[in-house]
Amino acid sequence: MSVEPGSTDAAGRRPGDPSRPGDPSRPGDPSRPGDPGRRDRPGLRVDLALSYGATRIAAAFDVQPGHPLAIIGPNGAGKSSLLAAIAGLVPLDAGEVSIGSRRVDALPSERRRVGMVFQDYVLFPHLTVRDNVAFAARMRGSRASARAVAQPWLERYDLVTLADRLPSELSGGQRQRAALARALAAEPDVLLLDEPMSALDVEVRAEMRDELATHVRDFGGATVLVTHSPADAARLADSVLVLEGGRVTQRGTLDAIRADPATPYVRRMLAASDD
Amino acid sequence: MARAAARSTGRLAWPITAIAVVALAVLVLPLVALVVRAPWAELPELLASSAVLEALVLSFTTAVLATAICLVLGIPLAALIAHAESWPAIPRRLLRAAVTVPLVLPPVVGGIALLMLLGRRSLIGQWLDETFGVTIPFTTGAVVIAQVFVALPFLVFAVEGALRSSDRRTELAAATIGASRWQVFRHVTLPLVAPGVAAGGVLCFTRALGEFGATITFAGSLPGTTRTLPIASYLAMQTDPDEAVALALLLLAVSVVVLLTLRDRWLPGATA
Amino acid sequence: MTRTPRTASTLGAAVLLAFALAGSLSACASTGGTGDEDPNAPAATEPTMTTLEAAEVTVLAAASLTEAFDDLATQFEAANPSVEITVSYGGSGALATQIIEGAPADVFASAAEPPMQQVVDAGLATDPQVFATNTLELVVPAGNPAGVTGLDDLANPDLRIALCDESVPCGAASAKLLANEGVTAAPDTLESDVKAVLTKVSLGEVDAALVYRTDVQSAGDQVEGIEVPAAADVVNRYPIAAITGADSGNDASDAQGAAAAAFIAFIAGDAGRETLDSYGFGTP
Repeated sequence: MSVEPGSTDAAGRRPGDPSRPGDPSRPGDPSRPGDPGRRDRPGLRVDLALSYGATRIAAAFDVQPGHPLAIIGPNGAGKSSLLAAIAGLVPLDAGEVSIGSRRVDALPSERRRVGMVFQDYVLFPHLTVRDNVAFAARMRGSRASARAVAQPWLERYDLVTLADRLPSELSGGQRQRAALARALAAEPDVLLLDEPMSALDVEVRAEMRDELATHVRDFGGATVLVTHSPADAARLADSVLVLEGGRVTQRGTLDAIRADPATPYVRRMLAASDD
Repeated sequence: MARAAARSTGRLAWPITAIAVVALAVLVLPLVALVVRAPWAELPELLASSAVLEALVLSFTTAVLATAICLVLGIPLAALIAHAESWPAIPRRLLRAAVTVPLVLPPVVGGIALLMLLGRRSLIGQWLDETFGVTIPFTTGAVVIAQVFVALPFLVFAVEGALRSSDRRTELAAATIGASRWQVFRHVTLPLVAPGVAAGGVLCFTRALGEFGATITFAGSLPGTTRTLPIASYLAMQTDPDEAVALALLLLAVSVVVLLTLRDRWLPGATA
Repeated sequence: MTRTPRTASTLGAAVLLAFALAGSLSACASTGGTGDEDPNAPAATEPTMTTLEAAEVTVLAAASLTEAFDDLATQFEAANPSVEITVSYGGSGALATQIIEGAPADVFASAAEPPMQQVVDAGLATDPQVFATNTLELVVPAGNPAGVTGLDDLANPDLRIALCDESVPCGAASAKLLANEGVTAAPDTLESDVKAVLTKVSLGEVDAALVYRTDVQSAGDQVEGIEVPAAADVVNRYPIAAITGADSGNDASDAQGAAAAAFIAFIAGDAGRETLDSYGFGTP
């Protein structure tokens, strides 16, 4: 069902309205990958300045749905703060963040529909995997209906056998999956990933990276990931933004950057062995 | 070689152990003496008197009520203090000091302060009297108020400690998946501090149960209305030390029972 | 060996700590009367007084004696500079219990005879003498806001009334007085010491109370007294006695005993009586 911007569909909702649990007609329903409705996913536009400690961060970029962006940079460059600002967890000094036609920089985090996966996942320690994944739905309805909504997500992310475990009982890779499922079950417009591989053992990274790439592709919405690993950027993103000392020093596809590194850091980063 | 190995297995230096034993004795011996010198033969008779039962019931009901009030008032206050970590130094320290003062104030001073605020000649007291015909001192309500005043800081700091040690990013994570501020508090913050709340509640209850100075100054001492168990035992010291010891034993027993019926990990000082 | 310095410093710390502990313990335990002070000149007011050796006398006295005994102690110290008098006040029953449990005291002054009798029965005092009497009086806050006129008002449940608890002398006398007059009081609080009752009146928290005449006088303008003629029938008799301690035969104890006896004689003598009268006490 194609929906024109500004109009309401048969259920009286506009595009971009949060869906109710169990509603089948929402565009971009994850259980139907390839759905033509996916084309209506909004893009992310960022043009902001913020301060983090002594560092002043300024960046401007667009992210299209289906074309993830990797932000790469040394420690302390401000990558995580940038992500937090997009998610609404830290305030901007100036500028704007827009998702599709909505400006969200004045909105509190819970109204932005930005899903975030934190560096060490930050799952709710007192809730089971199922209740973690169901959390977003729980905020909108009863516990029973939330659990029903969560079930397909548990299946897609291979978490069914772990559904009744607590986060403390999971391995790193399992936690990553659960955190991803939790964020995406909230059906956000934009997905943010903060160093998604760094909390994992080196041996499992390659495998988890492939898995993550699949999930990100299935999500299909605007995705930004922060990483210090070129291997992550290569596997998970279409284009790269290099952030050094709060400033963007280079942007483009990884191949383009490899061909013409703009700063010593970029040169070093590309030369370092991938994990 | 063996001695070096023993040193590194983490045993305490002997002066530390010795002093610790002395400290333990300071805490335990008076209670042991109480139990040993108690008039065991006359105990049933002494405790069965209606005055004792009255005081026991009064102490219990007021302490439970005070604890409930402390929970309702104290958890949000603890959340505020934890949130105040991001405030500038002076308002943050003032807030902390304000909550700490009843903790370090001599209870009688607290009672005097309550009289000045809520007594018959106070601004609030007069207004209450004129508008509702209600005066607070010498009522059971005054007992509860005195108990809340002295016990609230215990709860607040126990909960604040739990809040501080929990990962605050869970609240941020909840916000990103759509939880409003109230929902974050209810579904994330509260469950995470539940052990701290339980520990604080226990401390609060036992402090309220043992409250004496503020109660006797602000609420007075009337059997059945305001004469709590500690006040009754103080009075008993005037005429019948045996009864005083019996009452002291009763208070001790109640405190021990309260502590034992709660699971280990909720005790103050225990880690979850 | 790198081990030695650490062991030595631990040992050193322990030794220092032990000394500190021992030092503070001995400071707490020491009593007065080193015998180093100069002998005093004989007091001019007491012709029977002999020169007293230096001593510290501890007096435990009923709460109602507060102002009077502070005054008497000052007078006695002025006349006998080598003697230091320390007075602690409290409910007579509590004080008696403390003395029986071994509280260090040289003199006990009680607001009624039963607590003194307890101490005598425990073998710690002999020959108490009654040195004063006290009568109950009705007391109201300044201005008498509730318009109290007499004992009957104490039965009014709408008024806030404070009384001493029966377990203290003031309370025992009050109960007897009320019983004699056929008044069933409706108290809002039964305090364990008469000064606590008085405070509640002077703060205006209660409308009326029964305290001693001496208390009404000591509270000055903050309260007003209303005489109760029937109170003359329930007079409290105040006994005083020296506490005989366990140790005898060393200098300090004798000096203390002598000073204590002298203080008691002072109180029971003319100067003492004059002072007590000025505070409102009666003569036995």
